[in-house]
Amino acid sequence: MTNDVRAEWPLYEVFVRGKRGLNHVHVGSLHAADDDMALRHARDVYTRRNEGVSIWVVQSHLIAASSPDEKDPMFGPSNDKVYRHPTFYEIPDNVPHM
Amino acid sequence: MSVTTTELEAGFDATVHRGDRIEPRDWMPDGYRRTLVRQIAQHAHSEIIGMQPEGGWITRAPSLRRKAILLAKVQDEAGHGLYLYSACETLGVSRGELTDNLIEGRQKYSSIFNYPTLSYADVGTIGWLVDGAAICNQVPLCRTSYGPYGRAMIRICKEESFHQRQGYELLMTMMRGTDEQRAMVQESVDRFWWPALMMFGPPDDESPNSAQSMAWGIKRNGNDELRQRFVDMSVPQAAALGVTLPDPELRWNPERGAHDFGEPDWTEFMAVVRGNGPCNAQRIAHRRRAHEAGAWVREAATAYAASLASADLGVPAPTSADASQRETGVRA
Repeated sequence: MTNDVRAEWPLYEVFVRGKRGLNHVHVGSLHAADDDMALRHARDVYTRRNEGVSIWVVQSHLIAASSPDEKDPMFGPSNDKVYRHPTFYEIPDNVPHM
Repeated sequence: MSVTTTELEAGFDATVHRGDRIEPRDWMPDGYRRTLVRQIAQHAHSEIIGMQPEGGWITRAPSLRRKAILLAKVQDEAGHGLYLYSACETLGVSRGELTDNLIEGRQKYSSIFNYPTLSYADVGTIGWLVDGAAICNQVPLCRTSYGPYGRAMIRICKEESFHQRQGYELLMTMMRGTDEQRAMVQESVDRFWWPALMMFGPPDDESPNSAQSMAWGIKRNGNDELRQRFVDMSVPQAAALGVTLPDPELRWNPERGAHDFGEPDWTEFMAVVRGNGPCNAQRIAHRRRAHEAGAWVREAATAYAASLASADLGVPAPTSADASQRETGVRA
Protein backbone atom coordinates (compact mmCIF):
# COMPACT_ATOMS: atom_id res chain seq x y z
CA MET A 1 0.00 0.00 0.00
CA THR A 2 2.48 2.59 1.18
CA ASN A 3 5.01 1.47 -1.44
CA ASP A 4 2.88 2.13 -4.49
CA VAL A 5 1.88 5.49 -3.04
CA ARG A 6 5.55 6.49 -3.05
CA ALA A 7 5.94 5.82 -6.78
CA GLU A 8 4.39 9.17 -7.67
CA TRP A 9 3.77 10.65 -11.04
CA PRO A 10 6.08 13.57 -11.73
CA LEU A 11 5.02 17.12 -10.89
CA TYR A 12 4.24 19.48 -13.77
CA GLU A 13 3.85 23.27 -13.81
CA VAL A 14 0.94 24.57 -15.87
CA PHE A 15 0.86 27.80 -17.93
CA VAL A 16 -2.32 29.05 -19.59
CA ARG A 17 -2.80 31.68 -22.31
CA GLY A 18 -6.04 33.39 -21.29
CA LYS A 19 -6.83 34.64 -24.79
CA ARG A 20 -5.06 35.49 -28.00
CA GLY A 21 -2.64 38.35 -27.52
CA LEU A 22 -1.76 37.50 -23.90
CA ASN A 23 1.26 35.69 -22.46
CA HIS A 24 1.02 32.22 -21.03
CA VAL A 25 0.80 32.69 -17.27
CA HIS A 26 1.66 30.20 -14.53
CA VAL A 27 -1.59 28.95 -12.96
CA GLY A 28 -0.48 26.05 -10.77
CA SER A 29 0.80 22.52 -10.84
CA LEU A 30 -0.38 18.93 -11.08
CA HIS A 31 0.86 15.35 -11.25
CA ALA A 32 0.76 13.29 -14.44
CA ALA A 33 2.49 10.21 -15.80
CA ASP A 34 3.53 11.89 -19.05
CA ASP A 35 3.20 15.08 -21.09
CA ASP A 36 -0.05 14.10 -22.82
CA MET A 37 -1.73 13.26 -19.54
CA ALA A 38 -0.42 16.50 -18.02
CA LEU A 39 -2.11 18.49 -20.81
CA ARG A 40 -5.40 16.64 -20.35
CA HIS A 41 -5.34 17.04 -16.60
CA ALA A 42 -4.42 20.71 -16.97
CA ARG A 43 -7.48 21.22 -19.15
CA ASP A 44 -9.74 19.59 -16.53
CA VAL A 45 -8.18 21.22 -13.49
CA TYR A 46 -7.38 24.74 -14.74
CA THR A 47 -9.72 25.54 -17.66
CA ARG A 48 -13.22 24.40 -16.69
CA ARG A 49 -14.66 27.86 -17.42
CA ASN A 50 -13.03 29.11 -20.63
CA GLU A 51 -9.94 30.30 -18.77
CA GLY A 52 -7.68 29.61 -21.70
CA VAL A 53 -7.02 29.06 -25.40
CA SER A 54 -3.63 27.37 -25.02
CA ILE A 55 -1.82 25.38 -22.33
CA TRP A 56 1.88 24.72 -21.71
CA VAL A 57 3.04 22.07 -19.26
CA VAL A 58 6.62 21.41 -18.17
CA GLN A 59 8.03 19.06 -15.57
CA SER A 60 8.76 21.16 -12.49
CA HIS A 61 12.32 19.86 -12.08
CA LEU A 62 13.23 21.24 -15.52
CA ILE A 63 12.66 24.83 -14.40
CA ALA A 64 15.76 26.72 -13.30
CA ALA A 65 15.00 29.40 -10.73
CA SER A 66 16.93 32.17 -8.99
CA SER A 67 17.49 31.57 -5.31
CA PRO A 68 15.50 33.68 -2.86
CA ASP A 69 18.66 34.00 -0.72
CA GLU A 70 20.41 35.86 -3.51
CA LYS A 71 17.62 38.39 -3.74
CA ASP A 72 19.83 41.41 -3.18
CA PRO A 73 22.84 40.58 -5.37
CA MET A 74 20.54 39.26 -8.12
CA PHE A 75 18.28 42.28 -8.43
CA GLY A 76 20.49 44.92 -6.86
CA PRO A 77 21.92 46.21 -10.16
CA SER A 78 18.49 47.39 -11.35
CA ASN A 79 17.63 49.02 -8.02
CA ASP A 80 20.11 51.89 -8.14
CA LYS A 81 19.59 52.92 -11.76
CA VAL A 82 16.76 55.35 -11.43
CA TYR A 83 17.82 57.00 -14.70
CA ARG A 84 16.31 53.99 -16.50
CA HIS A 85 12.85 55.29 -15.68
CA PRO A 86 11.15 58.09 -17.65
CA THR A 87 10.16 59.92 -14.45
CA PHE A 88 13.87 60.56 -13.73
CA TYR A 89 13.87 63.34 -16.35
CA GLU A 90 12.27 66.67 -15.69
CA ILE A 91 10.61 68.17 -18.73
CA PRO A 92 8.76 71.51 -18.51
CA ASP A 93 4.96 71.23 -18.51
CA ASN A 94 4.65 73.31 -21.67
CA VAL A 95 6.44 70.73 -23.81
CA PRO A 96 3.69 68.65 -25.46
CA HIS A 97 3.51 64.93 -26.31
CA MET A 98 6.35 63.93 -23.97
CA MET B 1 28.82 34.48 5.61
CA SER B 2 26.16 32.58 7.51
CA VAL B 3 22.85 34.10 8.44
CA THR B 4 21.56 33.32 11.92
CA THR B 5 18.09 31.99 12.61
CA THR B 6 17.27 35.19 14.46
CA GLU B 7 18.06 37.23 11.36
CA LEU B 8 16.04 34.88 9.17
CA GLU B 9 13.13 35.08 11.58
CA ALA B 10 13.33 38.88 11.64
CA GLY B 11 13.22 38.92 7.83
CA PHE B 12 10.24 36.57 7.83
CA ASP B 13 8.37 38.64 10.44
CA ALA B 14 9.06 41.83 8.50
CA THR B 15 7.67 40.32 5.29
CA VAL B 16 4.49 39.16 7.05
CA HIS B 17 4.16 42.49 8.86
CA ARG B 18 4.40 44.44 5.59
CA GLY B 19 1.52 42.32 4.29
CA ASP B 20 3.81 40.75 1.67
CA ARG B 21 3.43 37.08 0.84
CA ILE B 22 5.76 34.28 1.86
CA GLU B 23 6.71 32.11 -1.12
CA PRO B 24 7.73 28.42 -1.16
CA ARG B 25 11.51 28.86 -1.28
CA ASP B 26 11.62 31.56 1.42
CA TRP B 27 12.87 30.69 4.87
CA MET B 28 9.98 30.14 7.30
CA PRO B 29 9.70 29.02 10.94
CA ASP B 30 9.01 25.28 11.38
CA GLY B 31 5.80 26.06 13.25
CA TYR B 32 4.53 28.19 10.37
CA ARG B 33 5.23 25.38 7.91
CA ARG B 34 3.58 22.77 10.17
CA THR B 35 0.50 24.93 10.75
CA LEU B 36 0.10 25.55 7.03
CA VAL B 37 0.51 21.88 6.13
CA ARG B 38 -2.12 20.95 8.72
CA GLN B 39 -4.57 23.65 7.63
CA ILE B 40 -4.14 23.33 3.84
CA ALA B 41 -4.22 19.51 3.99
CA GLN B 42 -7.39 19.60 6.08
CA HIS B 43 -8.88 22.02 3.60
CA ALA B 44 -7.89 19.85 0.61
CA HIS B 45 -9.23 16.70 2.26
CA SER B 46 -12.51 18.54 2.95
CA GLU B 47 -12.94 19.27 -0.75
CA ILE B 48 -12.22 15.66 -1.70
CA ILE B 49 -14.44 14.10 1.00
CA GLY B 50 -16.99 16.84 0.25
CA MET B 51 -17.67 15.21 -3.11
CA GLN B 52 -19.34 12.26 -1.39
CA PRO B 53 -22.45 13.70 0.31
CA GLU B 54 -23.64 15.27 -2.94
CA GLY B 55 -22.11 12.76 -5.35
CA GLY B 56 -24.66 10.19 -4.22
CA TRP B 57 -27.46 12.36 -5.65
CA ILE B 58 -26.02 12.68 -9.17
CA THR B 59 -27.80 9.60 -10.46
CA ARG B 60 -31.00 10.62 -8.67
CA ALA B 61 -31.19 14.26 -9.74
CA PRO B 62 -34.76 15.06 -10.83
CA SER B 63 -33.88 16.49 -14.25
CA LEU B 64 -31.06 16.57 -16.77
CA ARG B 65 -30.52 20.25 -15.90
CA ARG B 66 -30.07 19.49 -12.20
CA LYS B 67 -27.84 16.53 -13.00
CA ALA B 68 -25.53 18.61 -15.22
CA ILE B 69 -25.29 21.29 -12.50
CA LEU B 70 -24.53 18.74 -9.79
CA LEU B 71 -21.90 17.02 -11.93
CA ALA B 72 -20.20 20.36 -12.57
CA LYS B 73 -20.29 21.21 -8.87
CA VAL B 74 -18.81 17.89 -7.74
CA GLN B 75 -16.14 18.19 -10.45
CA ASP B 76 -15.29 21.66 -9.10
CA GLU B 77 -14.81 20.17 -5.65
CA ALA B 78 -12.31 17.67 -7.06
CA GLY B 79 -10.57 20.62 -8.73
CA HIS B 80 -10.52 22.61 -5.49
CA GLY B 81 -8.96 19.64 -3.71
CA LEU B 82 -6.26 19.49 -6.38
CA TYR B 83 -5.44 23.23 -6.17
CA LEU B 84 -5.04 22.86 -2.43
CA TYR B 85 -2.99 19.65 -2.57
CA SER B 86 -0.65 21.45 -4.99
CA ALA B 87 -0.33 24.38 -2.58
CA CYS B 88 0.37 21.98 0.28
CA GLU B 89 3.03 20.14 -1.72
CA THR B 90 5.03 23.38 -2.10
CA LEU B 91 5.69 23.01 1.65
CA GLY B 92 7.60 19.77 1.14
CA VAL B 93 4.97 17.05 1.64
CA SER B 94 4.10 14.64 -1.15
CA ARG B 95 0.69 13.90 -2.60
CA GLY B 96 1.05 10.27 -1.59
CA GLU B 97 1.74 11.20 2.02
CA LEU B 98 -1.29 13.48 2.09
CA THR B 99 -3.59 10.77 0.70
CA ASP B 100 -2.15 8.30 3.20
CA ASN B 101 -2.68 10.75 6.07
CA LEU B 102 -6.32 11.14 5.10
CA ILE B 103 -7.20 7.47 4.75
CA GLU B 104 -5.21 6.51 7.85
CA GLY B 105 -7.02 9.21 9.85
CA ARG B 106 -3.86 11.19 10.73
CA GLN B 107 -5.25 14.36 9.17
CA LYS B 108 -8.80 15.63 9.47
CA TYR B 109 -11.37 17.16 7.14
CA SER B 110 -14.30 19.46 7.90
CA SER B 111 -16.75 17.65 10.18
CA ILE B 112 -19.73 18.95 8.17
CA PHE B 113 -19.14 16.15 5.64
CA ASN B 114 -19.76 13.53 8.29
CA TYR B 115 -23.47 14.36 8.20
CA PRO B 116 -25.64 12.36 5.79
CA THR B 117 -27.61 13.79 2.83
CA LEU B 118 -31.02 12.24 3.44
CA SER B 119 -33.13 14.08 0.88
CA TYR B 120 -32.62 15.85 -2.43
CA ALA B 121 -33.29 19.16 -0.67
CA ASP B 122 -29.96 18.61 1.10
CA VAL B 123 -28.20 19.31 -2.22
CA GLY B 124 -29.73 22.78 -2.12
CA THR B 125 -29.10 23.32 1.58
CA ILE B 126 -25.45 22.31 1.24
CA GLY B 127 -25.04 24.84 -1.57
CA TRP B 128 -26.76 27.60 0.36
CA LEU B 129 -25.55 27.07 3.95
CA VAL B 130 -22.48 24.83 3.78
CA ASP B 131 -20.92 26.51 0.74
CA GLY B 132 -22.13 29.85 2.12
CA ALA B 133 -20.24 29.23 5.36
CA ALA B 134 -17.24 28.04 3.36
CA ILE B 135 -17.26 31.29 1.38
CA CYS B 136 -17.29 33.32 4.64
CA ASN B 137 -14.25 31.35 5.79
CA GLN B 138 -12.46 31.42 2.47
CA VAL B 139 -12.78 34.98 1.21
CA PRO B 140 -10.42 36.34 3.93
CA LEU B 141 -8.00 33.47 3.17
CA CYS B 142 -7.41 34.95 -0.30
CA ARG B 143 -5.14 37.42 1.59
CA THR B 144 -3.41 34.76 3.69
CA SER B 145 0.33 35.25 4.14
CA TYR B 146 1.37 32.11 2.24
CA GLY B 147 1.35 32.87 -1.49
CA PRO B 148 0.37 29.47 -2.97
CA TYR B 149 -2.48 29.08 -0.45
CA GLY B 150 -3.85 32.55 -1.20
CA ARG B 151 -3.71 31.94 -4.97
CA ALA B 152 -5.57 28.63 -4.58
CA MET B 153 -8.21 30.39 -2.47
CA ILE B 154 -8.76 33.13 -5.08
CA ARG B 155 -9.47 30.50 -7.73
CA ILE B 156 -11.74 28.57 -5.36
CA CYS B 157 -13.73 31.61 -4.26
CA LYS B 158 -14.47 32.54 -7.87
CA GLU B 159 -16.01 29.12 -8.42
CA GLU B 160 -17.70 28.79 -5.04
CA SER B 161 -20.21 31.52 -5.82
CA PHE B 162 -21.81 29.25 -8.43
CA HIS B 163 -22.12 26.55 -5.77
CA GLN B 164 -24.01 28.76 -3.37
CA ARG B 165 -26.30 30.27 -5.99
CA GLN B 166 -27.27 26.93 -7.55
CA GLY B 167 -28.17 25.65 -4.08
CA TYR B 168 -30.28 28.66 -3.20
CA GLU B 169 -32.03 28.54 -6.58
CA LEU B 170 -32.76 24.84 -6.08
CA LEU B 171 -34.37 25.58 -2.70
CA MET B 172 -36.37 28.50 -4.15
CA THR B 173 -37.71 26.17 -6.83
CA MET B 174 -38.77 23.62 -4.20
CA MET B 175 -40.38 26.35 -2.07
CA ARG B 176 -42.54 27.29 -5.06
CA GLY B 177 -43.65 23.63 -5.31
CA THR B 178 -45.94 21.51 -3.13
CA ASP B 179 -46.40 21.55 0.65
CA GLU B 180 -44.43 18.33 0.76
CA GLN B 181 -41.50 19.94 -1.06
CA ARG B 182 -41.57 22.96 1.27
CA ALA B 183 -41.53 20.59 4.24
CA MET B 184 -38.50 18.83 2.75
CA VAL B 185 -36.63 22.13 2.52
CA GLN B 186 -37.48 23.12 6.11
CA GLU B 187 -36.49 19.69 7.43
CA SER B 188 -33.19 19.90 5.58
CA VAL B 189 -32.44 23.42 6.87
CA ASP B 190 -33.26 22.24 10.41
CA ARG B 191 -30.64 19.49 10.13
CA PHE B 192 -27.88 21.60 8.53
CA TRP B 193 -28.12 24.95 10.34
CA TRP B 194 -26.19 23.99 13.48
CA PRO B 195 -23.52 21.91 11.74
CA ALA B 196 -23.02 24.86 9.36
CA LEU B 197 -22.39 27.18 12.35
CA MET B 198 -19.87 24.67 13.69
CA MET B 199 -17.88 24.93 10.43
CA PHE B 200 -16.26 28.10 11.80
CA GLY B 201 -14.62 26.07 14.55
CA PRO B 202 -14.82 26.39 18.33
CA PRO B 203 -15.18 29.78 20.05
CA ASP B 204 -11.99 31.87 19.87
CA ASP B 205 -11.09 31.35 23.54
CA GLU B 206 -11.17 27.57 23.03
CA SER B 207 -9.46 27.51 19.64
CA PRO B 208 -5.91 26.35 20.37
CA ASN B 209 -4.20 27.52 17.17
CA SER B 210 -6.10 30.71 16.36
CA ALA B 211 -3.93 33.36 18.02
CA GLN B 212 -0.65 32.14 16.51
CA SER B 213 -2.28 31.71 13.07
CA MET B 214 -3.51 35.30 13.21
CA ALA B 215 -0.05 36.55 14.25
CA TRP B 216 1.46 34.77 11.25
CA GLY B 217 -1.16 36.21 8.91
CA ILE B 218 -2.41 32.73 8.02
CA LYS B 219 -5.85 33.50 9.42
CA ARG B 220 -7.25 37.00 9.08
CA ASN B 221 -10.38 36.79 11.27
CA GLY B 222 -11.44 35.00 14.43
CA ASN B 223 -13.90 32.09 14.37
CA ASP B 224 -16.60 34.00 16.27
CA GLU B 225 -16.37 37.06 14.02
CA LEU B 226 -16.84 34.94 10.88
CA ARG B 227 -19.67 32.95 12.49
CA GLN B 228 -21.45 36.22 13.31
CA ARG B 229 -20.98 37.46 9.76
CA PHE B 230 -22.50 34.22 8.43
CA VAL B 231 -25.54 34.43 10.73
CA ASP B 232 -26.17 38.06 9.75
CA MET B 233 -25.96 37.15 6.05
CA SER B 234 -28.16 34.07 6.34
CA VAL B 235 -31.12 35.57 8.25
CA PRO B 236 -32.47 37.72 5.38
CA GLN B 237 -31.76 34.89 2.91
CA ALA B 238 -33.85 32.51 5.04
CA ALA B 239 -36.65 35.08 5.18
CA ALA B 240 -36.61 35.51 1.38
CA LEU B 241 -36.74 31.76 1.01
CA GLY B 242 -39.59 31.39 3.50
CA VAL B 243 -37.89 29.00 5.93
CA THR B 244 -37.23 29.41 9.64
CA LEU B 245 -33.81 28.86 11.20
CA PRO B 246 -34.03 26.38 14.11
CA ASP B 247 -32.74 28.66 16.85
CA PRO B 248 -35.24 30.11 19.40
CA GLU B 249 -32.60 32.59 20.60
CA LEU B 250 -32.02 34.06 17.15
CA ARG B 251 -33.08 37.72 17.09
CA TRP B 252 -31.84 41.12 15.94
CA ASN B 253 -29.95 43.08 18.56
CA PRO B 254 -30.17 46.79 17.66
CA GLU B 255 -27.52 47.75 20.22
CA ARG B 256 -24.91 45.45 18.69
CA GLY B 257 -26.19 45.99 15.17
CA ALA B 258 -26.05 42.20 14.77
CA HIS B 259 -28.08 39.08 15.47
CA ASP B 260 -27.90 37.32 18.80
CA PHE B 261 -27.98 33.57 18.41
CA GLY B 262 -27.74 30.37 20.43
CA GLU B 263 -24.64 28.34 21.20
CA PRO B 264 -23.98 25.35 18.92
CA ASP B 265 -23.69 22.00 20.69
CA TRP B 266 -19.91 21.84 21.08
CA THR B 267 -20.10 18.39 22.67
CA GLU B 268 -21.58 17.09 19.43
CA PHE B 269 -18.92 18.99 17.47
CA MET B 270 -16.07 17.41 19.43
CA ALA B 271 -17.65 13.95 19.08
CA VAL B 272 -17.84 14.34 15.28
CA VAL B 273 -14.28 15.69 15.11
CA ARG B 274 -13.08 12.68 17.14
CA GLY B 275 -14.65 10.32 14.58
CA ASN B 276 -18.06 9.59 16.07
CA GLY B 277 -20.24 11.47 13.58
CA PRO B 278 -22.94 9.69 11.61
CA CYS B 279 -20.78 9.09 8.50
CA ASN B 280 -17.07 9.30 9.51
CA ALA B 281 -16.31 5.62 8.92
CA GLN B 282 -18.29 5.48 5.68
CA ARG B 283 -16.55 8.55 4.20
CA ILE B 284 -13.04 7.25 4.87
CA ALA B 285 -13.89 3.71 3.76
CA HIS B 286 -15.20 5.08 0.46
CA ARG B 287 -12.10 7.22 -0.08
CA ARG B 288 -9.84 4.27 0.69
CA ARG B 289 -11.77 2.03 -1.70
CA ALA B 290 -11.55 4.59 -4.50
CA HIS B 291 -7.82 5.04 -3.91
CA GLU B 292 -7.07 1.32 -3.85
CA ALA B 293 -9.32 0.54 -6.81
CA GLY B 294 -7.44 3.20 -8.79
CA ALA B 295 -4.00 1.74 -8.06
CA TRP B 296 -3.85 -0.31 -11.29
CA VAL B 297 -4.64 2.82 -13.35
CA ARG B 298 -1.79 4.75 -11.72
CA GLU B 299 0.58 1.82 -12.25
CA ALA B 300 -0.48 1.28 -15.88
CA ALA B 301 -0.03 4.97 -16.70
CA THR B 302 3.42 4.94 -15.09
CA ALA B 303 4.40 1.80 -17.04
CA TYR B 304 3.13 3.31 -20.28
CA ALA B 305 5.08 6.52 -19.71
CA ALA B 306 8.20 4.47 -18.92
CA SER B 307 7.80 2.46 -22.12
CA LEU B 308 7.44 5.67 -24.16
CA ALA B 309 10.54 7.10 -22.51
CA SER B 310 12.61 3.98 -23.25
CA ALA B 311 11.37 4.02 -26.86
CA ASP B 312 12.67 7.59 -27.13
CA LEU B 313 16.06 6.43 -25.89
CA GLY B 314 16.89 3.77 -28.47
CA VAL B 315 14.10 1.92 -30.20
CA PRO B 316 13.91 3.11 -33.84
CA ALA B 317 10.99 5.34 -34.76
CA PRO B 318 8.23 3.75 -36.85
CA THR B 319 9.12 3.59 -40.57
CA SER B 320 6.90 4.97 -43.30
CA ALA B 321 5.84 1.39 -44.06
CA ASP B 322 4.56 1.08 -40.48
CA ALA B 323 2.75 4.38 -40.84
CA SER B 324 0.98 3.34 -44.06
CA GLN B 325 -0.02 0.06 -42.40
CA ARG B 326 -1.50 2.02 -39.55
CA GLU B 327 -3.38 4.20 -41.97
CA THR B 328 -4.83 1.15 -43.72
CA GLY B 329 -5.77 -0.13 -40.29
CA VAL B 330 -7.65 3.05 -39.51
CA ARG B 331 -9.54 2.95 -42.79
CA ALA B 332 -10.47 -0.68 -42.27
